[in-house]
Amino acid sequence: MSTPAIRIQGVSKHYGSLKALGGVDLEVGQGEFFGLLGPNGAGKTTLISALSGLVRPDGGTLAIMGHDVVADYRNARRNLGVVPQELVFDPFFSVRELLRIQSGYFGIRSNDDWIDEILASLDLAHKANANMRMLSGGMKRRVLVAQALVHRPPVIVLDEPTAGVDVELRQGLWQFIRKLNRDGHTIVLTTHYLEEAEALCGRIAMLKAGRIVALDTTANLLRRFATHSLAVRLEHPGRGVELGGSAGEGGWVDFAFDSYTEVEALLARLREAGAGLVEMRLGEPDLERVFVEVMNRA
Amino acid sequence: MPESFSRAVPRIEPMAAESPLAGFRTLLYKEVLRFWKVSFQTVGAPVLNALLFLLIFSHVLDRHVTVYGEVAYTSFLVPGLVMMSVLQNAFANSSSSLIQSKITGNIIFVLLPPLSYREFYAAYVIASTLRGLMVGAGVLAVSAAFVEVPMAHPLWVLGFAVLGGAILGSLGVIAGIWADKFDQLAAFQNFLIMPLTMLSGVFYSIHSLPQFWQDVSHFNPFFFMIDGFRYGFFGQSDTSPWLSLGVVGLCFVLLAALTLAMLARGYKLRS
Repeated sequence: MSTPAIRIQGVSKHYGSLKALGGVDLEVGQGEFFGLLGPNGAGKTTLISALSGLVRPDGGTLAIMGHDVVADYRNARRNLGVVPQELVFDPFFSVRELLRIQSGYFGIRSNDDWIDEILASLDLAHKANANMRMLSGGMKRRVLVAQALVHRPPVIVLDEPTAGVDVELRQGLWQFIRKLNRDGHTIVLTTHYLEEAEALCGRIAMLKAGRIVALDTTANLLRRFATHSLAVRLEHPGRGVELGGSAGEGGWVDFAFDSYTEVEALLARLREAGAGLVEMRLGEPDLERVFVEVMNRA
Repeated sequence: MPESFSRAVPRIEPMAAESPLAGFRTLLYKEVLRFWKVSFQTVGAPVLNALLFLLIFSHVLDRHVTVYGEVAYTSFLVPGLVMMSVLQNAFANSSSSLIQSKITGNIIFVLLPPLSYREFYAAYVIASTLRGLMVGAGVLAVSAAFVEVPMAHPLWVLGFAVLGGAILGSLGVIAGIWADKFDQLAAFQNFLIMPLTMLSGVFYSIHSLPQFWQDVSHFNPFFFMIDGFRYGFFGQSDTSPWLSLGVVGLCFVLLAALTLAMLARGYKLRS
């Protein structure tokens, strides 16, 4: 029976009268690519901060690879790498100095081989001796990822790692994170880009007001909450609306349905009504719809 | 539930620490490197400031004032300026490092690794003390080129310099953690550290003060730091060096306990 990468039991946190976390229970298995989603203020960053020891919960316990983050904080932190949301850096040092220092904090003083490997993977090798102030925003973001990896942690938490990052860099970053996941690292991701979470995460938890309101595999969430859609452009859109569609612009009418088996019957009814089909497209269920649906229900 | 979501992946072990104190040593190294990279500002400038004080005061007062019988005022002044430099720079080091890290957010890189609060405290305070000692040594070395400064008891000199630096390094940690903006830190420095330093006998012997102010001086721990330090140079002081050592030692223990308690609670660092 393998130890979960992350175990969170009954964790609560209040800031004055504000409830940031209200008894969160969650387990993430080793090797998972896990998504933590929620609107601003849902408690994602507080939960990550509690995992990393930056926030002390009012109640409950958290463990990383079986190590309690309070009682056995040294081993818990050794097993965790965190990429913070804010673009922070120390302006006194070069990239290599910063990574050597970060390694040293974890007790690793001869780490240049691994540092070189990370720098090459993140396309930062040519900037190794540049001062942090000289780097672009995207490069600074990659250095943050490198800093989280210097001690080769089995569990990596990425808090909004692609906020404000251009498409090319984002794709490169995800390629690298996917490789880490394939190699066995457990990845926990928070992001506002739901298409990223849908493409990357095998399982997702959604938080609202400090509580988990949905927790399932990405595939199950899509099945359970999202509907398919059929958009048709009609010569007589009014007839489509009479059949239960919702009118859009330019003669388009949208129909929602649960299964593709309903499409044939719907098209038959449109033909019988003489709606005059000009164009059509099918819409797949996506995580954004699931997210909206879950947040509305919770 | 977690079992079904764990993949059969190779177990990844984090890299092992090479020695139990490697993290502490790295934080200390980083704090020293931080001020050394800007040593013109953090070491050179304070030495120049102290020398300007020496130049002006010695020019004005040297022929008019003698202390402890026949010690020239300029000679008397040098240890005071050296200790003032040690104290002010030790405070500046830890306080400025911490508030900059807090405001820019990079303090997170020190809080995420497996460093204990004791290691955190020791690294910041030792680095501060080292900077204080470097500036103090610089002031002493340059002053000695112009002024005759005896050193009767070098171990007392070193002991008070180290303790004074550690006390102000601790105060710097407290101020750096407490202050949320540079303005608050400046208030701490200008309304507490500076008056206590200036009124501690850096520029005068308290025997030249009226009795009331002599008594008040004995409530200023900075007075004991400077008086004990000066004893190491001249073998004479305003009060017993053992009393000074006791007061300074007690101050250090109390401040260290307070700072460690703040760090253990995570005050303003771990919410």
